[in-house]
Amino acid sequence: MTKSIASLLLGTALAVTTAGAAFAQDKAVKIGALSDQSGLYADLGGPGSTLAAQMAVEDSGLAAKGWKIDIISGDHQNKPDIGTAIARQWFDVDKVDIIVDVPNSGVALAVNNVVKEKNGVYINSGAATSDLTNAQCSPNTVHWTYDTYMLAHTTGQALVKAGGDTWFFLTADYAFGAALERDTTAVVTANGGKVVGGVKHPLNTPDFSSFLLQAQASKAKIIGLANAGGDTTNTIKQAAEFGIGKGGQKLAALLLFLTDVKAIGLETAQGLNFTETFYWDMNDQTRAFSKRFSEKMKNGAMPTMVQAGVYAGVRHYLKALEALGGNPHDGVKVVDKMKSMPTEDDLFGKGEIQPNGRTIHNAYLFEVKKPSESKGPWDFYKLVGTVPGDQAFTPLSESKCALLKK
Amino acid sequence: MQALYAQLLVGLINGSFYALLSLGLAVIFGMLNIINFAHGALYMMGAFVAYFLLNIGGISYWWALLLAPVIVGIFGMILERTMLQWLTGLDHLYGLLLTFGIALIVQGVFQNYFGSSGLPYSIPDQLKGGVNLGFMFLPIYRGWVVIFSLVVCLATWFLIEKTRLGAYLRAATENPTLVRAFGINVPRMITLTYGLGVGLAALAGVLSAPINQVRPLMGADLIIVVFAVVVIGGMGSIMGSIITGFALGVIEGLTKYFYPEASNTVVFVLMVLVLLVKPTGLTGRAA
Repeated sequence: MTKSIASLLLGTALAVTTAGAAFAQDKAVKIGALSDQSGLYADLGGPGSTLAAQMAVEDSGLAAKGWKIDIISGDHQNKPDIGTAIARQWFDVDKVDIIVDVPNSGVALAVNNVVKEKNGVYINSGAATSDLTNAQCSPNTVHWTYDTYMLAHTTGQALVKAGGDTWFFLTADYAFGAALERDTTAVVTANGGKVVGGVKHPLNTPDFSSFLLQAQASKAKIIGLANAGGDTTNTIKQAAEFGIGKGGQKLAALLLFLTDVKAIGLETAQGLNFTETFYWDMNDQTRAFSKRFSEKMKNGAMPTMVQAGVYAGVRHYLKALEALGGNPHDGVKVVDKMKSMPTEDDLFGKGEIQPNGRTIHNAYLFEVKKPSESKGPWDFYKLVGTVPGDQAFTPLSESKCALLKK
Repeated sequence: MQALYAQLLVGLINGSFYALLSLGLAVIFGMLNIINFAHGALYMMGAFVAYFLLNIGGISYWWALLLAPVIVGIFGMILERTMLQWLTGLDHLYGLLLTFGIALIVQGVFQNYFGSSGLPYSIPDQLKGGVNLGFMFLPIYRGWVVIFSLVVCLATWFLIEKTRLGAYLRAATENPTLVRAFGINVPRMITLTYGLGVGLAALAGVLSAPINQVRPLMGADLIIVVFAVVVIGGMGSIMGSIITGFALGVIEGLTKYFYPEASNTVVFVLMVLVLLVKPTGLTGRAA
């Protein structure tokens, strides 16, 4: 009898501990920050994005509530095959729940499929292609920060309306450049403009003089740069050298990041118009976040909009998990929860996630300051205008996303 | 037709960088038998030294043209003394691996502190602006790069092929023991040669700083093409690497005009063709 009571007690104790373990398991989260850690997009995402994810975890305060959240990072080297290999390993071996960042549209679209197959969560902040929430949308994907549709309908539209009705494109020859050229061309023609030509250049080209000469010869009023990162900085710098701008042609930097402006220098970059959804010097909250961020960066860099998007995305993801009461390890379920909650954070303000996975928030038209107007090492932008989120991003009526047909 | 002239000229400008870099590689390979994979990293260091000289020391571009090659050259000579010299007589692969490792370390250190998008370095005031040639607007700085690198290339060729010092050098690679018997300090000559090759890379770095971003990976992006240039021209041939450098710049420029998508592969296609037809390279002699 005593023996059976003892075994009963032991059994109960075991049951309690296993239940405890299962409960603790539910509050374990693993985040994978997948980015270009050393190439031409490393400064706009890269280690800064990992830092942003870490800050989001710290600021969520979930650790104090018994959650165990780990972050790992990986370098996709701008190669889709490497990106998908890392993503698969993360899901299969490392039991990662969510992949964040992933700049480079080519890699982003490839990883999109893996996340869907493995039913993980994908919060993309770094890639531009609007296909992520359009033709190739997925129930596991949330696209934060920006996309090619938004860039075309803000910077592109503003330039056409200001009289820039003939365009020549310098396009990075992969998924991103193609998407940005396609979306901008649609805006240009819809507003009565004309695309007179274009040239596709390989990703990561050091010298653009050949392409710039072709753009110059085209006599187009606007030279649209459908490229990003190091390619854009080199183009802008070399365009100045070849006297483009003095000849009446205008450069349209369709996608420009804070770190690009830093790299070009205000002397050359001044006067450029472009669009971003986050700038460190917008209000007290963005300044406070950016100061904390900058202090933790090795080179003291301020956050780019991509890094800010990683922070905001991870915060929202953790809020959804908290609301669910634990981690169900079910990507679709978590993303549905994220979509059902309005987004609100210090960096992007209030917004929402549409059924196709697109996060809607304000976009801002900026102009690069003159060197004389800049008061500090990162004081680069002048706010020119604000475009409300519902006008900046793809309207649901135009979206070809299959999720909308349910 | 006008556009074609412009593309030819632009190709020549890029060719100057290929020529300067492949010349340095050829000198090092010809004299030391080392495949110097650190060449791109040293080129990048040249640009960074120019940036530091300007922004910390207030030293102008013109002095940087002289000082950066010397500073980076000394760094190269320290590398040679402390590491590379122990590989003499071993298989090429050892030198290649060692210098590749050095390149990765140097790039990693710079990237850690300066990020990947780079730092701005502006064109010196004296070379700003451009001239209208009728068929194109030529930035004065680009013209300067072509002329200056041509002069440097020819001077290096003259030094090695036509002077007494160059003769000692060539003899020392042919038969170091015999040259030593004549009382010539061969190890020191080899160190200086490595320093010269490295200095040429750094010089190219300074020249490119105002055109490209001063970026930690600027060399890594270029070095593969430069190796292809050296292979096409023939390993170790001084004049061959100069001519091939300029020629391939022009061919690449034309590709950028006629079929831009292939512009970063055309050099390798040519390399394959040359290796199939003449494995020693266009001007190379059989080893």
